[in-house]
Amino acid sequence: MSVTTWTAADVAKKVINKDELFILDVRNQDAFADWKIEGENIEYLNVPYFELLDGVEPIIDKIPTDKDVLVVCAKEGSSEMIAEMLSDEGMDVYQLQGGMKTWSEHLEPVKISDLKGGGAIYQFVRLGKGCLSYMVISGKEAAVIDATRMTDVFKDFAEKMGVSIQHVFDTHLHADHISGGKNLADETGATYWLPPKDAVEVTFSYEPLEDGNQITIGETAIQIHALYSPGHTIGSTSFIVDDTYLFTGDILFIDSIGRPDLAGKAEDWVADLRESLYSRYRELSEELTVLPAHFMITSELNEDGSVAERLGTLFARNHGLNIKDEDEFRSLVTENLPPQPNAYDEIRKTNMGKIVPNEEAQREMEIGPNRCAVR
Amino acid sequence: MTIKTDYVLDAKGLACPMPIVKTKKALKDLASGEVVEILATDAGSTADLKAWAGSTGNHYLGTVQEGEVWKHYIRKKGGEDREEMSYPKTVKNEELGKRLDDMITIIDVREHAEYAFNHIPGAISIPLGSLENRLEELQKEDEIYVVCRTGNRSDMAAQLLSKHGFANVTNVLPGMSDWQGKTESL
Repeated sequence: MSVTTWTAADVAKKVINKDELFILDVRNQDAFADWKIEGENIEYLNVPYFELLDGVEPIIDKIPTDKDVLVVCAKEGSSEMIAEMLSDEGMDVYQLQGGMKTWSEHLEPVKISDLKGGGAIYQFVRLGKGCLSYMVISGKEAAVIDATRMTDVFKDFAEKMGVSIQHVFDTHLHADHISGGKNLADETGATYWLPPKDAVEVTFSYEPLEDGNQITIGETAIQIHALYSPGHTIGSTSFIVDDTYLFTGDILFIDSIGRPDLAGKAEDWVADLRESLYSRYRELSEELTVLPAHFMITSELNEDGSVAERLGTLFARNHGLNIKDEDEFRSLVTENLPPQPNAYDEIRKTNMGKIVPNEEAQREMEIGPNRCAVR
Repeated sequence: MTIKTDYVLDAKGLACPMPIVKTKKALKDLASGEVVEILATDAGSTADLKAWAGSTGNHYLGTVQEGEVWKHYIRKKGGEDREEMSYPKTVKNEELGKRLDDMITIIDVREHAEYAFNHIPGAISIPLGSLENRLEELQKEDEIYVVCRTGNRSDMAAQLLSKHGFANVTNVLPGMSDWQGKTESL
């Protein structure tokens, strides 16, 4: 029978459509336990490829014949081998092109909405890592918010839409993934904005993003208001776009809130986090649509694959916004935190320009799940 | 650091799964207890070789990174399954642990690659296979403790030394597999 190759984009569609899928993940058990392709209707079997070198007979009975079977490994070599072996045993299987490496880098563009005066907002969903980037388009201009390091995706998208990227923003100094912000700005001639309090140690030039900054995109004057909202980092800044959308960075997610410990300052920043979530955001209209910089689990995805929710709904439903007692809040965000993201210290240094790892090293640093939030 | 091995497998430039496929093949041609050095450039090779060795019972010794190349060391399983040890004079690990500051000689008879990653401070490396040719490095009257991984190879080494007239030789049990004290690496 046969082996068919699926691209990361093919698999992304399956995840977003919540299709049934059986994944045979042939990476070693530690890698699988740490991080895998997530989806609501995915069933898994993890058997390392090196236990199947003498044949796949031991697992044949565990592989269903009534649904699509996708073989996945780290970089494709092993999944190709195991998929061929399954095919030789008479099965039709799929294998993931580029493996988890490519999955980690895939960005799925999803349109969030048109804007009032023309233009639109697009969200770039990085399913493999839980990162969300944005492009705001108006007239012939665009702004990118929280760009990942795969800058070609944004440049290609802008070209396709016939717009030029004028402004690139990072809501904060990221610790879980490598920012493409500075590179994207340099490559497109755009202005790069970073909150100055997060940029004390950066080695490159940037435009300081401060409370009250207003930046206009395009002929229809889509305004971006910067709103200082420290807590995840001391400089974390939210944006309000077109008086309708609240970009919360890593402060507020759909089903969780930002963790304050990734720069080693959990105790110091708890009060800031609480102030941002419980006072500053409370003063905003509940009708704003929250667009965060991350999601944690695929159930946070809407039908169309987007990650967005009304602020008022989050005030009602997000546990992290509903803790009356300050001590309880303090212990939630400082104790029993999930493990820190892989290589987060090196990632911060990379985002400050202090170290410049090659592409392969950057990939390795980003391997693994996103862990910016606490629930 | 140069680590002596029985075979060097060049898996540089090869992506997963080839480093392991080739290692598996190489081990087939080695005798039990022999050590292979695997040169790899695939960053994932460390975790995979470690897990593969664990699941197959082979003995993962360690990895040294030199620039872009990872050097992995694996010792083929088997060869230590003799029914019983027969050299009479033995001590437990803990007893030797208390005597490290004394005037004693500790001989580590494991393969050089095993010694390289983890050995008792001050121990001398003389792999069992080369002991007979290196007897002149030792003094017959010295108080000698012989150690290996689980006590088997050191049992044979102690017998060999005894046969050659070394009077004060003790086998350390069980050996490095359960050594709780301080260790050094090369």
